[in-house]
Amino acid sequence: MVYYISFILIGIGIYGILTQKNLFKFLVSLTIIDTAINIFIISLGYIEGKDVPIYSKYTPVANFVDPLPQALVLTAIVIGVGTLALGASLLVRVYEKYETLEVEEIAVKEARK
Amino acid sequence: MRRVFALLISLGLILFFVNSLSILPEYGNVELSKVSNAYINKSVNGNNEKVKFGESKDLEDGAANVVTSIVVDYRSFDTLGEVTVLFTSALGVGLILHGFKRKTYGRLPNFILRVSVGILLPLILLFGVYVFVHGHLTPGGGFPGGTIIAAGILLLYLSNEEFDLSKTSKFVESYAGSLYIVVGLVGLAIGGVFLINFLPTGVVGDLFSAGIVPIVYILIGFKVGAELSGVIADLYREG
Repeated sequence: MVYYISFILIGIGIYGILTQKNLFKFLVSLTIIDTAINIFIISLGYIEGKDVPIYSKYTPVANFVDPLPQALVLTAIVIGVGTLALGASLLVRVYEKYETLEVEEIAVKEARK
Repeated sequence: MRRVFALLISLGLILFFVNSLSILPEYGNVELSKVSNAYINKSVNGNNEKVKFGESKDLEDGAANVVTSIVVDYRSFDTLGEVTVLFTSALGVGLILHGFKRKTYGRLPNFILRVSVGILLPLILLFGVYVFVHGHLTPGGGFPGGTIIAAGILLLYLSNEEFDLSKTSKFVESYAGSLYIVVGLVGLAIGGVFLINFLPTGVVGDLFSAGIVPIVYILIGFKVGAELSGVIADLYREG
């Protein structure tokens, strides 16, 4: 079941956020949670035996899955890309200043100043 | 110890979610809500006729792709906000990474890369344009199409050290964004509602149908392509 996949992915993301000490892995964990929530919202709209919500010559009349979650997830994906780019650029700055992304090494370098 | 606690917390969270499954609809057996049905039958204003591909015409929204009709027509104001979020994050990336030099390797890029870019780039750009021009008929639209174009621009950045697009991308981005708002204001002047679909919607499934939906999606395609190319250009700097 797709619900379980998204729950497990959320669990993996939370575990990553709590344990990883590398800032890049932290960002990856956040992205995993983002993707998991997208999968969950999409799966809320799935109806068995129905088609993609597009009128075409193969599906001339409406026999569609729920299009509303898909539209919402389209928004969420774009905003996810924006936050990921912003986070990655912050990491570039952090790496430029400390020459490492490990939180503990950054703390040591901060304390030495 | 820390890992054990983290494992316990995430397992507890998964358990909490699994317990809440009973209040969720069963997977694959969901009822379409009233709102979704109105969007699918294109009858938000209450004209209850079934839509048929290639025959129904002059509906309140003519896009064959229902998701596109929601994103760019019924909830177009949301999409304007979404494009603004993307613009803000691109601006933020530009501000944070300001002042770096362009990354150079001091030698020509690989021969295979240089030659294959010449072959692949026109195809990639053409495919991107196809995806966002047909956004109201097929899967895709302005956001994926813009991303495909940005991928082509990334190839150009990798293969040519002198290549710089930052001025062009800022120009395209600002004009596409302004034109989106102009389309909305024209709707306000003609129909009395911001971003209303004021053009004739035509037959469902034609390329020239759906009123302002293709126009807005083409503008979004240009805007997203320019923004993501700008992000790529900003990130491709000397660390």
